[in-house]
Amino acid sequence: MFSMPKKDAITFALFAIVVLSMPIWLSPFGASYPGLLQKFAIYALLAVGYNILFGLTGYLSFGHAAFLGVGSYAAVWSFKLLSMNPILAIAFAMVFSGIFALAIGYVSLRRSGIYFSILTLAFAQMSYKLAYSVLSPITHGENGLQLTLQDPRVIDLMFMERGVSLPTSSLFGIPMNGYEGFYFCAVILLIGFFIAQKITSSPFGMMLKGIKSNEDRMNYTGFNTKPYMLTAFVISGIYAGIAGGLLSVTDPLAGAERMQWTASGELVLMTILGGVGTLIGPVIGAWIIKYFENIFSAWNESILHNVFAFLPDNVEGIVVLISSKFVGEGWHLTLGLMFVLVVVFLPGGIMEGVRRIASWFSRRKDPTKDQEVTDPENMPKPSSKKGE
Amino acid sequence: MDAVILQVLNGLDKGGAYALIALGLTLVFGTLGVVNFAHGALFMIGAFCAVTFRKILTLEQVVLSETELSPWGTPLEIRTPFAQQWFGDFGNVLIDYSVPLSILLAIPVMLLIGIVMERGLIKHFYKRPHAEQILVTFGLAIVLQEIVKAFFGANPNPQPIPQVFLGAADLGAMVGMAEHVITYPKWRLVYLFFSLGVVAAVFAFLRFTTFGMVVRAGMSDRETVSMLGINIDKRFTIMFGIAAIVAGVAGVMYTPILPPDYTLGMDFLVLTFIVVVVGGMGSLPGAVLAGFTLGVVQSLASMTQVKDIIPGIDQIIIYLVAVVILLVRPRGLLGKRGVMEN
Amino acid sequence: MSDQKKNISRRKVIKTGAAGLVTAGVAPMVFTKGAWAQEFRNDPKGGDVVLGFNVPQTGPYSDEGADELRAYTLAVKHLNGEGDGGMLNTMQPSNLKGNGILGQKVTYVTGDTQTKSDAARDSARRMIERDGALIITGGSSSGVAVAVQALCQEMGTIFMAGLTHSNDTTGKDKKRYGFRHFFNAYMSGAALAPVLSAEYGNERVAYHLTADYNWGWTQQESIQNATEALGWKTEKNVLTPVGAGDFSQYITPILNSGADVVVLNHYGKDMVNSLTQAIQFGLRDRQANGKNIEIVVPLFSRLMAQGAGENIKGILGTSNWNWSLENAGSAAFVKSFGAEYGFPPSQAAHTCYVQTLLYADACERAGTLYPPEVIKALEGHTFDGMGNGPTEYRAEDHQCFKDVLVVRGNQNPTSQFDLLEVVQEVPRSQVEYDASIFGGELGPYEV
Repeated sequence: MFSMPKKDAITFALFAIVVLSMPIWLSPFGASYPGLLQKFAIYALLAVGYNILFGLTGYLSFGHAAFLGVGSYAAVWSFKLLSMNPILAIAFAMVFSGIFALAIGYVSLRRSGIYFSILTLAFAQMSYKLAYSVLSPITHGENGLQLTLQDPRVIDLMFMERGVSLPTSSLFGIPMNGYEGFYFCAVILLIGFFIAQKITSSPFGMMLKGIKSNEDRMNYTGFNTKPYMLTAFVISGIYAGIAGGLLSVTDPLAGAERMQWTASGELVLMTILGGVGTLIGPVIGAWIIKYFENIFSAWNESILHNVFAFLPDNVEGIVVLISSKFVGEGWHLTLGLMFVLVVVFLPGGIMEGVRRIASWFSRRKDPTKDQEVTDPENMPKPSSKKGE
Repeated sequence: MDAVILQVLNGLDKGGAYALIALGLTLVFGTLGVVNFAHGALFMIGAFCAVTFRKILTLEQVVLSETELSPWGTPLEIRTPFAQQWFGDFGNVLIDYSVPLSILLAIPVMLLIGIVMERGLIKHFYKRPHAEQILVTFGLAIVLQEIVKAFFGANPNPQPIPQVFLGAADLGAMVGMAEHVITYPKWRLVYLFFSLGVVAAVFAFLRFTTFGMVVRAGMSDRETVSMLGINIDKRFTIMFGIAAIVAGVAGVMYTPILPPDYTLGMDFLVLTFIVVVVGGMGSLPGAVLAGFTLGVVQSLASMTQVKDIIPGIDQIIIYLVAVVILLVRPRGLLGKRGVMEN
Repeated sequence: MSDQKKNISRRKVIKTGAAGLVTAGVAPMVFTKGAWAQEFRNDPKGGDVVLGFNVPQTGPYSDEGADELRAYTLAVKHLNGEGDGGMLNTMQPSNLKGNGILGQKVTYVTGDTQTKSDAARDSARRMIERDGALIITGGSSSGVAVAVQALCQEMGTIFMAGLTHSNDTTGKDKKRYGFRHFFNAYMSGAALAPVLSAEYGNERVAYHLTADYNWGWTQQESIQNATEALGWKTEKNVLTPVGAGDFSQYITPILNSGADVVVLNHYGKDMVNSLTQAIQFGLRDRQANGKNIEIVVPLFSRLMAQGAGENIKGILGTSNWNWSLENAGSAAFVKSFGAEYGFPPSQAAHTCYVQTLLYADACERAGTLYPPEVIKALEGHTFDGMGNGPTEYRAEDHQCFKDVLVVRGNQNPTSQFDLLEVVQEVPRSQVEYDASIFGGELGPYEV
């Protein structure tokens, strides 16, 4: 089961190297600290999972944040009731998000296209609204679900005394809130990526792509597509649940905002920005958006003054004034502009840009190889008038 | 009973706002097939047309006092609006009516923004996947939002109701009920009739003009209409402009009820999509019907009698009704087969 | 962020030419937790003292965040001995000399909370893990305050909350590393109720509209308890969804409910909308039980008052601070803030400014930056001259106790900033409570 085409194996190896060496190559970008590294790994996993649904089947779910939220809550409750062990928490997150995804998917998949999107959106919004208000006994509403000193933690307390300070999640003694936590997330990301690769190249994955290109025709051949769709939906929901669980493992607080439509929207944007239907694209999209959110927002005027200090004083003033509109409190503006520019110049997302550069290089080397570079999975789909 | 009547009024009023925004969205989304996430931003820009118009009217001459200081140590500013200086009482009337008058500003501005948006950006996306339409329009919405924030800040900008429409009208007394049983703010009644008027105007325009006929034909079969030698693209541009105007004037008139801030558009975005889809893709009457239905249902569900039975129902009622309708009627209330279904 | 580090990175920028990618000051991580007593996270070891300002820069509260940031930069200036010194001159007792903290220069880093718990924690982690921030401070909502406070407890970094009004922040979610200068819902109720009964009488029936989340509930409960103790009745408490926009469906049932006071437990945009709409429905023109119907908004801020425009006039509420106060501390602060930015500061700005000075003063008194010692210096500390009269940081729950302002929307504002008039400065003794009533545990000094 671990055998895979050579090309996939190379992709996986490269991806593993890139992910595991993030603490090194991200440091000149100012992003090499545990908090952000963990987020990079977690949101990459979320995007990989989302792509199994959206990228392969073309079904656009606008409610995946619900599974992220359910996963986080399940993990924190596992910390509170049972043990600080992250494996157990992830298991809980998988089970609960899986059940949730099964229920929502079963209902939502009775419709397709935009009607499906709105159904998933409605379910996620209901989860968010309820978690924020009437379900507060379970979710602690606005304040977020947190650990407390009096938590039962049944399993842990069989083996050790209750400490004076709050426990941190640890994998057999390795704390999960620093670089170790990042590597834990990274390993799970790599496993998730590997499974996604396997799914994509499996007959099941082919079936899903068939649904994307023409569901009606699949149905006419006497083929029931529903179970396949539901399986893809649940798998993708479980990915989101694991991501939610990991958020809690590295930082044990679960808030309702994780379920809001903006969170689902962000995931959709990540996937499209990177390139729908490619394996790597959504991951890159996730990294870019998280980088903007965490690093660009931190540039204040005094930092800008230092960056541009080499300019003559009056020029510096103008440059700082202009650039300050795009960083710090203006980071949303930069993000919005980037969305527009990417999609105008790179139809198919950032992966399209990568492919163009790659094909440019390979054409210069060997013109006959051109065909191989664009593998069918990454081809921009021929779109009808009504879109996908 | 009177409580129910009041809630129905509330619902119709809310529904008027939903219907107007959804109407504009359905023109571009349900018929041109563009997933326009920037539609909420158009509503917001409309609202800020009112804010801007008032700002212009109340532009003040600022004279720094030479003797007095403000409590925080800078010279005291003495302010008089120019409009008042130049036009006297008439200036004050202008300022009083700034909200309805700013429709005059909003119509050309929104038409221009709509046309520029369509020609400059959206036009190139008609044949691109919906995913890319989402990304480009969402990006555009953020950019528009941030521009507004740069000029007006993040705080809400209150807009006053003209003096004549201040206060509540006693509707109950008019039909012979006891006093003070059914009173309703005059401005909200204005808004309700205004929204009905705009809806009627758009329908009449599409039904009774040649332009509307061509556009309707173009929606159902674009290629054939083009083959007839009719420039359908140009008409679609104008359609986009009309959608922007409808969203914009809806925003203008709503400002006294909801003091606008730059996130106004995003607040309404999700709701608008739900209204359009529940109404059914490609159906203008569907969007209007869904708008009013959801408004009334939401109001009724918020009654304490209902909330006592099901706590928190008012939080989710819109979504719940949307789910039920979409499960019972596969294409929403009045949707057409095959539009955005795959 | 230290200047030293910045210079290094600037050189790097010039050298590599990759100006857009290199972030200033990538601080090395220090993971020596409690190896021996005086070793702690982000010890500047003689370098600059870095403060982390975590404020909403995007989203509906970004104007408040911007004002907080203005106050912080002003405080840093004053601590470093620049400008006119502001409240450094009025603080009693003060150990601040205008030469930074413990003789080390003060610098700062900023982050965007987006008024979302996750984003706020992310940016706090960046400032702690990457930028070497010694304290995190700021914010504009209780949810964010509680979330960041919990993070700071784990990290062993002091957190001084910005604008947060929920009882939970220093109640059931209190933390050893968290301090709050702002007042809370309980104090609002205790201060407001006597003024309400003096203005509106003891025979009133209240109808509450309450934002359906933690802060709303704690405020509603506090106001209800305080008013009922004075003889008021509570007709109904209706929970409204956050961000409802149109509140008409909650307002119409009030009209014929028999209640004669409406309490709007809303904040920010919700408050602006519900107040505006309640007045459009003619609530204030109506009578019930032979009395005029009155509207009360328990928590006010000037920025919100600006958003509500005309509608705020004559409405009673409470506030932590207002720039029109005429004590020496307030005057000094308003003067230096006004000179710098051209308009008076908001209550959020005041809270943030004062907290920064208090932290610096506590470090001076402790003689170290070592957080447990600084915390001990802050606990039970009493001081004056910071704009609120004699003030204490109570040791049991890290809540600040001082006079509370009951304010009213100004009928005849003299400027666009003169929106609130102070009705009464309710003395501290009247709003005090036993720290144990809200439960919670502070946790350990050493983490």
